[in-house]
Amino acid sequence: MTTFSDPPKEQFRLSMLLYDTRYRSATIQVIALIGFMLLAAWIISNTIQNLEALGKPVEFGFFGEPASYDINQRLLEYTSRDTHLRAAFVGLLNTLVVAVLGCITATVLGVVIGVLRLSHNWIVARLMTVYVEMFRNVPVLLWIVFIMAILIETLPAPRAFRGDNPEASMVLGEAVAVTNRGVYVPEPLFSNSLGNIHLFGESSLRFDVSLDLMAILVVLGVSIWISNWIKHRADAIQEKTGDRPVTWWQRLGVVVVPLALLLALLGFHLGYPELKGFNFSGGTHLRNSLIALWLALSLYTAAFIAEIVRAGIMAISKGQSEAAAALGLRPNRIMSLVILPQALRVIIPPLISNYLNLTKNSSLAIAVGYMDITGTLGGITMNQTGRELECVLLLMLVYLSISLTISAIMNWYNESVKLKER
Amino acid sequence: MSDIGYVRTEMLPEQEPPVSEVGAIGWVRHNLFSNWFNSLLTVLSLYFIFKVLAGLVPWVISPTWDSGSLAECREILHALGREGHYAGACWGVIHERWIQLIFGFYPEHLYWRPIAAFVLLGVALAPVLFSDKVPSKLLIFSALYPFIFPWLLWGGTIWAPVAALLGFVLGWAAFNAVSKAMSTLLGFIAGALVALIWWLVLSSYFVGAMDSIAAIGIEPVESRKFGGFMLSITIGVVAIACSLPLGIVLALGRQSDLLIVKYICVGFIEFIRGVPLITLLFVASTLLNLFLPPGTNFDIILRVLIMVTLFAAAYMAEVIRGGLAALPRGQYEGADSLGLNYWQSQRLIIMPQALKISIPGIVSTFIGVFKDTTLVSIIGLLDPLGLSNAIRADANWNGIVWELYGFIALLFFAFCFGMSRYSMYLERKLHTGHR
Repeated sequence: MTTFSDPPKEQFRLSMLLYDTRYRSATIQVIALIGFMLLAAWIISNTIQNLEALGKPVEFGFFGEPASYDINQRLLEYTSRDTHLRAAFVGLLNTLVVAVLGCITATVLGVVIGVLRLSHNWIVARLMTVYVEMFRNVPVLLWIVFIMAILIETLPAPRAFRGDNPEASMVLGEAVAVTNRGVYVPEPLFSNSLGNIHLFGESSLRFDVSLDLMAILVVLGVSIWISNWIKHRADAIQEKTGDRPVTWWQRLGVVVVPLALLLALLGFHLGYPELKGFNFSGGTHLRNSLIALWLALSLYTAAFIAEIVRAGIMAISKGQSEAAAALGLRPNRIMSLVILPQALRVIIPPLISNYLNLTKNSSLAIAVGYMDITGTLGGITMNQTGRELECVLLLMLVYLSISLTISAIMNWYNESVKLKER
Repeated sequence: MSDIGYVRTEMLPEQEPPVSEVGAIGWVRHNLFSNWFNSLLTVLSLYFIFKVLAGLVPWVISPTWDSGSLAECREILHALGREGHYAGACWGVIHERWIQLIFGFYPEHLYWRPIAAFVLLGVALAPVLFSDKVPSKLLIFSALYPFIFPWLLWGGTIWAPVAALLGFVLGWAAFNAVSKAMSTLLGFIAGALVALIWWLVLSSYFVGAMDSIAAIGIEPVESRKFGGFMLSITIGVVAIACSLPLGIVLALGRQSDLLIVKYICVGFIEFIRGVPLITLLFVASTLLNLFLPPGTNFDIILRVLIMVTLFAAAYMAEVIRGGLAALPRGQYEGADSLGLNYWQSQRLIIMPQALKISIPGIVSTFIGVFKDTTLVSIIGLLDPLGLSNAIRADANWNGIVWELYGFIALLFFAFCFGMSRYSMYLERKLHTGHR
């Protein structure tokens, strides 16, 4: 007769916290948590003691006080009587402006350079290699101050545009003035303007939304939607009959005609910059600081994007393009239908991190005096009020939220182009 | 067969290929002018290169090496009949200030110390970088070097680095003793505690006592005398050296199954990677003293070093995590099946492979950190860029731009380019796996 007996039930002993792998991980975590909390408590209590000694309790009331400094490049109306909060808000918009502009130009430049680096043309490929190595291996801050110096030192002063026989002249049909004080470009004006919506009343975050712009965006959005619908219909017809109707004129017309009508209705015209006295007036004034930062960031990031694009295209095996050619596709169709969709999957994740880097590098604006969020909140506001803790922490929080937002958007996009595996 | 009128019975001699298909002409036709678009690109590039060289070469070739001021440069160029704003470079500024651009305001009679520190850095790195050509006994020196390096640069009593070293030795001894007697985990805690107590409490008494017994030391140099490339390299080297181990720990933490440890690591990494370095430098310059016990006031370079190290460590952790993730699952399972514990498998199986995979990323992080050291000029340290502003403030050199920026850019380029080439060499050397 056999008897079965359960193995004796193990008693929990204290030493098992150290020697039994089942419990040891819990021990380690508790120790780590305690250590982390001790560290945090130590830092916080130090900070509180130090701030008390300095007589500066943490408070954000200074945001309501007048900033009393000027911001010369801005999207919103702002005077030195406005509050620090308003200044920080204007600075934040400036950061976003330069980041968006920089990302767009860096992508365009980077793709062109990356493709040209793979060119069979020996001289062009070498030239692009030189470009990439030159920009990748020199600090971006040096490029920013260098381009700023080029703008200030080599461009003509506004007074060179004066007189009957001026030394310098405006370019693009007298529309754009490139001077050492910045670039003056025509501004869009509407003679039958719909006006603005004032958001947030008189608070520090108030801003105006131009109804003209909204109208244009709405019309453009609807036209593009219709144009896409025409494309889908054409696709459906092609599926059914094998013949693709010619639709390019319909699609173009659907976009162009309503837009042109709307612009005519609003009385759209351009306000050109004009030389008045010693300086230009009218038009939009892009200051050197913005241009230098924008150019330097785009050129620098373009070098990295070029490498990413090159690596992405090279990662697609030759068999793919050969197979596409064997199916009878033309070279540009091979590129757009076979190579690029696959290369994009390799390209997008590092591209996202480069956009993030560009956005973070835009904080170097402080070196050329472009008033972005670092220049306002982390620069003049911090120095004037002496509220280092509040300003720096808030600055970090702002950048952190920008970074997380960008990476969330880009990850969502990345998901949508990712290989759908089943 | 008879209706074939003529059949050649011997081979024709080979004809020379057409001149247009081989040699220089063939190469040019194939590579530069293969179609109209390529030809256009070639012509445009040639024109661009010509324009750049035509502008740059006469400017660079300018006999102004010995001039003492910008005005003197202009006179020399004027005497040569070269007029205009960009008639020639004024190399006098480089001649006069290159020492300053490299050493900052470090005392002149002590220049041998940074030089020795960086030469010894090469010696210490040699067994790591070129492991196949250098005897591995030198690794002992590499281990001691982190203590020699700050002593050489900052000077002071020799007992301070000795005390720092003793902390590691004591910690290691405590770890060994306790882990033999009880468990590894307890040993680890004991080692860390012993080392911390030594560094924070006892070491200052030790240094004082030893100093009164035998005052061996070299002349101390204040941090604010540091500047130029010496400062950049110091920050770069320290940040790189400290961030690698820290990054490995963070990466392991992020990969680990221990939830709390994991989230602490993730939070740290994502926070640091989400903010620009300049805000961390603001923390170094304004806030770090607030975070420490009242009355502590240590110098700005040390604070910057701490923040740059934390910054680099977060990026390093992500690079190494990539390497860890790229390892096939079987490697982890193989290590487990051999009965290795966590640290053994990490040390013997996982890390050697993961680090090898992540070498390109590690080196590019290094390059990035080295380039980012220029940011310290914004918080007022005199790195090359900060010095260039100081030099321009001198009445003699007021208005000089291109020469200084060019010189600084060239030096940075040399360093970073060299590092990226080394990483390519390493990749080739370590590429033992399958293609």
